[in-house]
Amino acid sequence: MKRIALLGMPNTGKSTLFNRLSGASARVGNWPGITVDLMSAKILVGGHIAELIDLPGLYDLHGFSDDEQVVRHFLSQHTIDLALIVLNSVQIDRQLSLALQIRALGLPTVLLLNMADEAKRAQINIDTDKMREHLGMPVLAISAKYGASCPEALTLAAQVMAQHAPIAAAQIAEKLAEDHHIEQAMDTIITQSVSMPVQLNDETTDRIDRVLLHPIFGLPLFFASIFLLFQFIFSVGAPLQAGMAWLFDNLRSQWLEPALAHLPSWLNGLLLDGLYTGVSTVAAFVPIIVLFFLVMSMVEDSGYLSRAAFLMDALMAKMGLDGRGFVMVLMGFGCNVPALMGTRVMRSRPMRLLTMLVIPLSLCSARLQVFLFMIAILFAPAKAALVMFSLYMVSFFTIFLTAILFKHRYQSHEPFVLELPPYRFPTPRQIWLRGWQEVKHFLQRASKFIVIGVLMVWLLTHLPMGATPASAQTWAGSIGHFFAPVLDPIGIDTQLAIALIFGFVAKEIVVGSLAVIYGLQGDALSQQIALNIDWVQGMSFMLFTLIYTPCLSTIATLRTEAKSQAFMWLSLAWSLTLAWIVSFMFYQTARLLGY
Amino acid sequence: MQLHQLQPGERAVIAHVQSEQALSQRLTALGFRPGKQIHVIRQALFNGPLHVRIGSTDVIIRLNDAKAIYLSPIQPFAENHAL
Repeated sequence: MKRIALLGMPNTGKSTLFNRLSGASARVGNWPGITVDLMSAKILVGGHIAELIDLPGLYDLHGFSDDEQVVRHFLSQHTIDLALIVLNSVQIDRQLSLALQIRALGLPTVLLLNMADEAKRAQINIDTDKMREHLGMPVLAISAKYGASCPEALTLAAQVMAQHAPIAAAQIAEKLAEDHHIEQAMDTIITQSVSMPVQLNDETTDRIDRVLLHPIFGLPLFFASIFLLFQFIFSVGAPLQAGMAWLFDNLRSQWLEPALAHLPSWLNGLLLDGLYTGVSTVAAFVPIIVLFFLVMSMVEDSGYLSRAAFLMDALMAKMGLDGRGFVMVLMGFGCNVPALMGTRVMRSRPMRLLTMLVIPLSLCSARLQVFLFMIAILFAPAKAALVMFSLYMVSFFTIFLTAILFKHRYQSHEPFVLELPPYRFPTPRQIWLRGWQEVKHFLQRASKFIVIGVLMVWLLTHLPMGATPASAQTWAGSIGHFFAPVLDPIGIDTQLAIALIFGFVAKEIVVGSLAVIYGLQGDALSQQIALNIDWVQGMSFMLFTLIYTPCLSTIATLRTEAKSQAFMWLSLAWSLTLAWIVSFMFYQTARLLGY
Repeated sequence: MQLHQLQPGERAVIAHVQSEQALSQRLTALGFRPGKQIHVIRQALFNGPLHVRIGSTDVIIRLNDAKAIYLSPIQPFAENHAL
């Protein structure tokens, strides 16, 4: 099978093109260096199946960042039939260097000048024929976003592959050591084949920047817009979630209970009170998760996150981090795992470790679920948004505190130089693909962790045989009793303790396991919880949930990314300690004040 | 004069880039090359990074890293008061 590598600088729409060609959905991000995993797809090129590999975006084939090394290692270890080079037409004057670097390797190449639509608007005219003559490689202007000329790109690729034999990886490895004359060659070609204004004026981006990057209002505007987005998710998502819960409730009483009535009572209980109650309680949150990721992906692809890095860098520097760290934390609000992997763009190890230490403290969408559930039960609707907002503030507070406490241990001198992409509005297709990707991911986790988790919880709360479910005589009761000395001072009872223990695996299980522990779902579950605990206990539980280890996947990612067991243990121990201290202080103070 | 001394709204021409290899390589890749005109658009609050424009590329850069970029004025006399 032929192998085609997709190469290009960050922010050239390389991932968009990959999605376009493969029909699959690689993550599309308007953030330099976001493509960290190697995505590949089987595509049809000129009547044959070929493997298309999306290599990480790189500025320089000879650079030193992790991503640049990944590309070099890949090219010197795997023989490829074609290098598909993607450059941003608007920035062709500096990006052409990459095409020349790749040409110097002697690989069969096709050069795709992407964002032809933006170039046209910016009045940049590229004479592709002249450029082809100079470069000695096929050149084609495309727009991956709108799909213009993408089929032609594949036809070109097929032609080139038919004409050239692949170059052995060993030969590439040798050549990766040389080439120095690229800059001169680049200038010659640019002056002869490109005409562009000396300074580019993207009026729209400039105008938006004048407001959003305003020296005084920039930061407040940023926080206000984030708050509004969450408010939007909350107010649109909550009714949807209630509708889902109602649907699952009815499904159970109308269909499942009659259908399973003839089963032995233990199996009936395991299936209905265990599996169905647990999974359906979690599944009711799917609409909110979808909404959350749709909004997040829009913000991420728009280019606003890089602006956030600009606005926050000075403050982050005081905490030993930089603006990118802030953006990673924001991405962590979606899911901690990709945020941790995103720290690969940082070269300095101490800076990376410090960023990785704070990311697990950011309030991810799985934790959001737990909070939405608890807040709806314990607080009046008018207060709900405020409580939610205060949890986000606590999340920021723990992040800042952790960074300040550990910054001397992880000192670094990482340069902070970052490209600011123009604002781009993602197409509905991009948003849809991204949202779908996240939902798929969520459902995969659900099927793996949540099913096993809720079944385990059911067993723990129902064994040994004959004990009253969820009472002190069950195994769950013994576990709760064991942890009581630590958890009593923070107001967490046995039922909540069991949920916390399973929450260690994944926060998605917490709500499901509460449903199983109480053997109830929907409104009945809410009423029971409201009877059992008051808002102070609930808040203490939420604070603990917010701060302690997010999930097993995060811990596993932390270990592989840091390449250190010791660091993983440090992160675990620190978050558990901090969680307990914060919950303790909150719970005891609230009780002292008479609540 | 170095880039960190340039005020928002001012322009200059890059004379040379002098720093450790990794940073200068990155700066070169982003388009910071001798002879290129550079325009400081704004600076973030609390002595934060600069937002600069070189040709078609917008870049944000910390003051400390901006010291690596040495400048010469566009018109020898008009811009000298900045020093």
